[in-house]
Amino acid sequence: MPDSKLIVPAKKRISRRSALKLAGAGAAAAVAGFNPGAGFVRYAQAQSSEPIRIGFQVHRTGIGAAYGRWYERTTTAAVNMINEMGGINGRKVEIIAEDDGTDPGRGAEVVEKFATQHKCDVGFGTLFSHVVMGSAPRAGELKLPYYVVSEGHHVASGTLNRYTFQPGITDVKSQVIAMAPWIAKNLGKKVCMIYPDFAFGYDHRDYFSAAIKAQGGEVNALIPIPPTETSFTRYFPQIPADTEVIYHVMVGPAVLTFVKELGEHFGSEHPPLFGFIDSLEAVDLKSPGLEFLEGSYLWEAYPRFAGAAPQPQDVFYRSKVGVDNLGASLTDPADISTYSHMFGCWETLYIIKQAMEAAGYQGPADKAKLIEATEAITTIPESDQHPQGDKLFNGKIHQVFGHQNITQVKDGIGNVVYRTTIEEGLYEPEADYTKMAL
Amino acid sequence: MQPGHPCKAAHPLAFFPHLLLALLEGTVAAAVLALAALGLSLVFGVMRVVNVAHGEFFMLAAMLAWWVAKMVPGGPLAGFLAALVVAPLAVGFLAFLTERLLLRRINYDPEATIVATIGLLFVIQQLALSLLGADAKPVAAPFTYRIVFPWFGFSGYKLFVVAASVALLLGVWFVLAKTRFGLIMRVTQFDRETATAFGIPVNTVYSAVFVAGAALVAVAAVLIVPIQQAHYLMGLDPLLMSFIVVIIGGLGSIKGSVVAALIIGLADGVISMFFSPTLASIIATLAVALVLVVRPQGLYGQAPR
Repeated sequence: MPDSKLIVPAKKRISRRSALKLAGAGAAAAVAGFNPGAGFVRYAQAQSSEPIRIGFQVHRTGIGAAYGRWYERTTTAAVNMINEMGGINGRKVEIIAEDDGTDPGRGAEVVEKFATQHKCDVGFGTLFSHVVMGSAPRAGELKLPYYVVSEGHHVASGTLNRYTFQPGITDVKSQVIAMAPWIAKNLGKKVCMIYPDFAFGYDHRDYFSAAIKAQGGEVNALIPIPPTETSFTRYFPQIPADTEVIYHVMVGPAVLTFVKELGEHFGSEHPPLFGFIDSLEAVDLKSPGLEFLEGSYLWEAYPRFAGAAPQPQDVFYRSKVGVDNLGASLTDPADISTYSHMFGCWETLYIIKQAMEAAGYQGPADKAKLIEATEAITTIPESDQHPQGDKLFNGKIHQVFGHQNITQVKDGIGNVVYRTTIEEGLYEPEADYTKMAL
Repeated sequence: MQPGHPCKAAHPLAFFPHLLLALLEGTVAAAVLALAALGLSLVFGVMRVVNVAHGEFFMLAAMLAWWVAKMVPGGPLAGFLAALVVAPLAVGFLAFLTERLLLRRINYDPEATIVATIGLLFVIQQLALSLLGADAKPVAAPFTYRIVFPWFGFSGYKLFVVAASVALLLGVWFVLAKTRFGLIMRVTQFDRETATAFGIPVNTVYSAVFVAGAALVAVAAVLIVPIQQAHYLMGLDPLLMSFIVVIIGGLGSIKGSVVAALIIGLADGVISMFFSPTLASIIATLAVALVLVVRPQGLYGQAPR
């Protein structure tokens, strides 16, 4: 430390010359990387054929990144199809994608960007439930119609707002209600639940506990696990001796470790496993360490393996999104898709199209008409636009109901053993968004 | 599996089997901690700089282990051995570049190093994301062997990691205590100016130590990745845990790092299993706070002169 009384300039660590060089390099990089796509598109066509802008909130990074990748591919495929068939109300659809990092705070910022900076007509695509909880309120404040593809029960519970919809994918409450009777009848009545310690996991915990109780069964242990956990052996001693079924639903990068450690810990003496494919989305069932899953059962929204006699809609859908009959990418067999979730993007985009056409949507002034037109949708037949199956939409709770599937794993391949009816997953609506002001 | 077939394995575990499992898990955790923190302890001890990108070196080595295993034919063992060679070399080279192009330019100034290595952390993390993707990447262990206890099974590979960790720690101790290179490092750590006066090329020693620290954490990552998976965000946890170990053990003391890793690892194993992992993390962090207040130089560190 200088203690002399002379005032001497401090020894320069970075000279002006090198600082200017750095700034110049930075500016050059910024210009080179500048993407004129986002919000600055110029159109060769006339002003009247401006595209419909859909803000796609995608988990490109963070713990949801595996899903984000496939959501993006499915969305691109769906939008290409829609544009090839003439777009919506004669206008092309443009997707503006923004990464929310699977982070609720960032999600709210992205929603704001869609509404104010990119001037999007709607927002769409959010998956992880905690991000939905963080982003949807902002969409409501900004009056941006917001179509999530999430599975969380938050939309249907009435805690969000009239601008938020989930019309393309069923919610956890419906899924577990549909599963409970089959589990109680075929596997056992004393269930030990292992679930992630956040909103999506709590939906499983709360609704399955109630559903299995209604079947005369009980949950004998609840084991919540942080979504970012990497080591699971420490939780297994909590599994009680009289457990008849281990129910597992895991998210995050460590799901493979979870199944592997379950196998190491229990060996062959273990209760039947009932898991949700969420534990294994984007993971090859033949991965080393997953032998433990042999014979176990999985819930799937849309079965990854096409089976011996796939429906024509499934064949069409797979060819468009680039997935083979084993659920892997056509260009890379090691790249397994998130097949039970990504169909939600395809179907939601077609719902947006259907609603916009029913409302005669021309621009943001027609927002209210768009909301009302979406709420008016009831039955959705199975088709190329809805390949997962026929569905029922409840406009009051902004949530769609559909079929669920139970798959058994044999030799690393899944075979559907049961498909539920839509009625088996219905529950009494808990709210009515249509009564809220717009 | 028939319906209503209860859990045959004797769960929930009685107290002693439960404790055994907790101690086994704790020992593995301690081994992992010690390995990960070793490099940081060395670097801080000799150079007195904090490398915040330490966790990213770990992540990079884990990603390389996955990539090498994919490229090398001949099964997991061949991939593992190849990764043991490739990853430390590659990460060591990156450390060398960092030291030459970054740390030397800022003259090893402590605050500037922290800021610069934070930047490096983000660069490495996002490069891994961009080039290798966001999925978790599983790496098969070089061998799978399930040790069967009467109450539960345990992975033989995890115990191998403990043995390898002990061997590595002994190796590092041997180099530090018994070789000339180790002597030079200890001298540089003790008093830089006097070392220079004795003709020791301190800058070269710094380079060597930084590279050695990175190579050590790379070896740790190659050993550990079959237990977890490689993921671009995986560097944050080892970084935090390494800091906790180094602060509690004493900056610059290998023995301190080992003792601290043992204490924290075993406590973590036992508390996680009998109570909850969150409580274990809370206690570890509180321990750091306590050490900083009561004995800032850590258990075995030198008191500030």
